[in-house]
Amino acid sequence: MFNRIFAIAKKEMRQLKRDTRMLFIVFFFPVVLLAIFGYAINFDVHHIKIAVYDQDRSLISSEYFDLVTYIDNDDQIKKMLDEKIVQAVVVFPKDMSRRLLSKQEVKIQFLVDGVDGTSANVIQNYVNAATYSYSIQLTKEYLAVTGKNLYVPIDLQPRFWFNPDLQSTRFLIPGLMGMILIITAVISISLSIVREKERGTIEQINVSPLSSIEFILGKTIPYIVISLINATIVLLAGYILFDIVIKGNMLLLLLGTFAFLFAALSLGVFISTIADSQQVAFQAANVTSLLPSLILSGFIFPIESMPIAIQVLTNITPAKFYIVILRAILLRGAGISAFWDQLIYLGIFGLVFIALATLVDKKSKNK
Amino acid sequence: MNAIEVKNLTKVFGKFTAVDNINFDVKQGEIFGFLGANGAGKSTTIRMLIGILEPTSGDALVSGYSIKNQSDLVKKNIGYMSQKFSLYNDLTVVENIRFFAGIYGLDGKKYEERKNWVLKVADLENMENVITGSLPGGIKQRLALGTAVIHEPKIVFLDEPTSGVDPISRRNFWDLINELSEGGTTVLVTTHYLDEAEFCNDIILINAGKLIAQGNSKELKTNYIKNPILEIESDRIVDSMEILEKEKWVGETSIFGNYIHVILNDNTINEGHIYDLLRDKNGISVKRVEKITPTLEDVFIHLIEKDSKKNVQ
Repeated sequence: MFNRIFAIAKKEMRQLKRDTRMLFIVFFFPVVLLAIFGYAINFDVHHIKIAVYDQDRSLISSEYFDLVTYIDNDDQIKKMLDEKIVQAVVVFPKDMSRRLLSKQEVKIQFLVDGVDGTSANVIQNYVNAATYSYSIQLTKEYLAVTGKNLYVPIDLQPRFWFNPDLQSTRFLIPGLMGMILIITAVISISLSIVREKERGTIEQINVSPLSSIEFILGKTIPYIVISLINATIVLLAGYILFDIVIKGNMLLLLLGTFAFLFAALSLGVFISTIADSQQVAFQAANVTSLLPSLILSGFIFPIESMPIAIQVLTNITPAKFYIVILRAILLRGAGISAFWDQLIYLGIFGLVFIALATLVDKKSKNK
Repeated sequence: MNAIEVKNLTKVFGKFTAVDNINFDVKQGEIFGFLGANGAGKSTTIRMLIGILEPTSGDALVSGYSIKNQSDLVKKNIGYMSQKFSLYNDLTVVENIRFFAGIYGLDGKKYEERKNWVLKVADLENMENVITGSLPGGIKQRLALGTAVIHEPKIVFLDEPTSGVDPISRRNFWDLINELSEGGTTVLVTTHYLDEAEFCNDIILINAGKLIAQGNSKELKTNYIKNPILEIESDRIVDSMEILEKEKWVGETSIFGNYIHVILNDNTINEGHIYDLLRDKNGISVKRVEKITPTLEDVFIHLIEKDSKKNVQ
């Protein structure tokens, strides 16, 4: 039995070696995806371009903001925002220094381009924080002069665990890894089986004593190896480009990845039983792996904030479960108790699709 | 024991009966010809016999095993090659051989021995590292047959193995089939080339899913057409045929190149009547009229037309 499985796996590797299109999909595609997504999907807002209308000529600036220009009249404010030269304009009032020194309240106007709501929110938060800490500092100085200490009743000290700097790439890399693995696994296995259907070579295998289990195992082994290589590439790239180290246990990571590959490959095998041409298989694999793993897996959009109906729908992608596992292991260094249920879901997912594939295959045998 | 025994084998797809209650036996070691038009049910029958399609009813014993509930054992004892030559075009010759040897569990000395045999019969010695897709059709076809019997099965099924191959390659291929048969392998081959049917020990003919004739080629020629056949060579073939078909004593006519074959209904008609009718009454120059023994083609056209008429009624 093992010899037969091995014969299939070896044949598959030899074919793959000569199939440049497939090699491209299998190895180059993940790297491109990683680079694009890793750099493009970034929720962090840095280098906000601002213009300052300093009617008082006494600027205080910071690293979060890039001062693009000074302006000196009201008309220019509109021009700056309209033409997207800057994202925000700060207007310091004429008598700011004088009022500050005489301990009067100062009103600073902050005009933000609200078209990109997410960035606008972030900008507002930065400004609030900056203003707050500057106010405290001024208050302290003022009190120090009068010989008193500032009493702040509650001082909130937030610490963000697992991702202390709240970098969105740390959050995205596990999702990206899930997405890349599911795409390459589903596409490669379904194409490789459908190609045999298309070319008629599967007939020769059907008449041999090879069982479908042996055939599928032989077919999937090379793609499991490739997927593990891909996973390593993604993790290495995550480390080199985005400074992400694996906090948890490598063996658990391997276990989770196997469970995920089982689910993803069985989805691919299922697709191969319903598709009769490589084109159909490619489309079906894309629709069932790329879109759900991008939108429904929790990769970018948190599942908890989706409507219930959509939350149920998210179970159609095994990437959802894998991302939970990956985040637990990669970012939190959690043990198996944090994600054992996800392993079970992945197991069920894989079994359901293998069962469906067997059913469809049996039916098609009587056609 | 017969190599194959087919009993009341039937396959129905929805409302369409592709194979309709057929029975036949294939003797050990013979070359068995399975003939019929496209869509007559040949491939469906073969697919049932090799265990990849379940019969609707009936059964067959292949090498002693039932195709209904012992298809795994059937598969171990047969080889199969189809018109598509199911080789991997993107693998080299030796990689294909190694793969098929692998799925049949051949290794070590046995593998070496069989590999050399396949390379020899396909005429590919010293060309084992050539990509299979670049080989000419005839060679590829022999390589396909070689790999299909790499595990030395007792029975080999060939489904239109020579369609689309040039005549010399076809001849070489038949030499290989004969070699297998001499070695004791039973060969069941479907074809629509009737000259190939002449190489078979036994032949069956199916039409619209039904078996309509069986026997060896001599039996077929004598048992199914009792009436005399005249071969006529003339200048105006179509006109001659139209004139002949109006006569009561003419059963069937068919054109073979420059000749017309006429199956007579009346034993008393002879060559003289033809000259009389065509040359004297209609002024068509007739070069030759000769009584012939029927060819397989005559027999099959006759049988299929008779069967189709029956089906229409």
